[in-house]
Amino acid sequence: MQNSQPIKLRIFKSRLLFVSVCVCSAITAIPLLAILGEVLVKGWHQLGWSFLTEATPNAYKAMMAAAQGESLPGGIAGGIVGTFLMLLTASVAAIPTGILCGIFLSEYRGSWVATGISYLTDLLQGTPSIIIGIIVYIWVVVPTRGYSAFAGSVALFIMMLPLIIRSTEETMNVLPATLKEAGLALGGSYWRVMLQVLLPSALGSIFTGILLAISRVVGETAPLMFTALGGAAISWNMAKPMAAVPLLIWEFFNDPNLQSLIWGASLFLLTFVLFLNLSAKRIAKKWKL
Amino acid sequence: MQDKLFRSCLFLSAIVIPLIGGGILLSLTADASGAFETFGFWHFICSDQWVTTAGQENYGALPFITGTLLTTLLALLLCIPFSLPVALFTGEYFRGRKIATVLGTVTDLLAGIPSIIYGLWGFYVLRGVFMHLGLSPQGSGILTASFVLSIMIVPYAASLSAEFIKMVPSDLKEAAYAIGATRAEVIRRVIFPVAGPGIFSAYILAIGRALGETMTVTMLIGNTNQLPDTLRTTGNTMASIIANQFGEADGLKLSSLIAIGLLLFLITAVINMIGKLLIQRARHV
Repeated sequence: MQNSQPIKLRIFKSRLLFVSVCVCSAITAIPLLAILGEVLVKGWHQLGWSFLTEATPNAYKAMMAAAQGESLPGGIAGGIVGTFLMLLTASVAAIPTGILCGIFLSEYRGSWVATGISYLTDLLQGTPSIIIGIIVYIWVVVPTRGYSAFAGSVALFIMMLPLIIRSTEETMNVLPATLKEAGLALGGSYWRVMLQVLLPSALGSIFTGILLAISRVVGETAPLMFTALGGAAISWNMAKPMAAVPLLIWEFFNDPNLQSLIWGASLFLLTFVLFLNLSAKRIAKKWKL
Repeated sequence: MQDKLFRSCLFLSAIVIPLIGGGILLSLTADASGAFETFGFWHFICSDQWVTTAGQENYGALPFITGTLLTTLLALLLCIPFSLPVALFTGEYFRGRKIATVLGTVTDLLAGIPSIIYGLWGFYVLRGVFMHLGLSPQGSGILTASFVLSIMIVPYAASLSAEFIKMVPSDLKEAAYAIGATRAEVIRRVIFPVAGPGIFSAYILAIGRALGETMTVTMLIGNTNQLPDTLRTTGNTMASIIANQFGEADGLKLSSLIAIGLLLFLITAVINMIGKLLIQRARHV
């Protein structure tokens, strides 16, 4: 390596790079702080018991309240119920399917079937969420002739599945082979060894993966727009359109009368997502294999 | 017997993935065929018309394809000056130290923020800043959307790049230090050449993320259906036109929107596959 530059210049350049790396990295933290600050400052005085337990006001009520100079009545209870119900339905289907499929990919790794399915899982994970919305519209909304919370759950199921499969597969791959061999040597049948020896030892990481999958889909708006549709009322009927917190934010954004509810709803969603994210990280650290 | 049952359970759950994947392709193609038959495949892609008046309906995807490519490329360019330093910070300078974990958590949280909240922040805060700076007349447009998009993809590009920077063998670096190289020279002449293919693939995957991002872009791009001529104008991407018009669409318009969806699906699938293949190659070097 020919280097004709004086040593002082070279050292100076090296320090310059170090400083600019630090500065640029610090700048990256600014958007996070700015977003958290914005949502917190504008939203926190809205959060309260009634905000979490009352249905969203309709445009007329909102206009009346605004005309009388009162703060907007009501809250986002419909969205909270909807998000909870749809997530629950999606999880009940996606968790067992995802775990079993992850075990399959890990057990048969190297075979062409597993390689193919593994590629397709990546492809599904990278599919834009709006496409999932379209496809569930075609598959569920059109045949059943109506938007429904069930369709929303199907969309969330398709979004969660690849995430759970990946985390299960990766965990099962790093489990020591001796664990399985020991189980089989003791005379355990294959399914027993898989479900009662391997799966419990992997459970911590899989649980982390599930939490991360939920935190990823809970804020999704695009796949719910053409499936669950949304609404103002608190609804428990899975066959009817249903609100969800991100859908409510989208409605508030588009309806000038309801705009003052936007930040409270965002603060709720953001807190929930970041809490899931951080607790997943904490659990991952604690249960590390 | 129970073993057989268990194995078939495994197989049945695994078969769900090809069913969904193949189903998406088939259903989108079937429902998009109306638009392709009416306008012709190439004409649909190359036409910049978007006329919704009944009787004169004429749909083309060019403005939206252009919008998607423009926002994605601009977001990629804007994200490099930040994601590369973050990768160097966590993967090289402060590798394994507490401050690197802190920065890692920050980028993880950035990745966790729902896209609709990025959209709100962009709409209510950044738009004002952009108008004030005179960067764009209405504040919303391709530039604003790309800017927020670039923040959203920094975490993906940075964490994967850092992984490849950490994988550079330390004997290579030590050899360079031993002949008197400074840290900057080690980074430029050892780390970048060795980790280069991996870093490149990280950016390909970041592109895959940016292509399909829907809510943020829909809220910030201004939603106009003309072919964008400068970066300061408003536009629409493939994802945002679907988000905007799918709800009230039927007939030929619905089919055209699904056709745009099919194109978006194919583009992201190809980009993601290229990214994955490059990553696998980079990992096995």
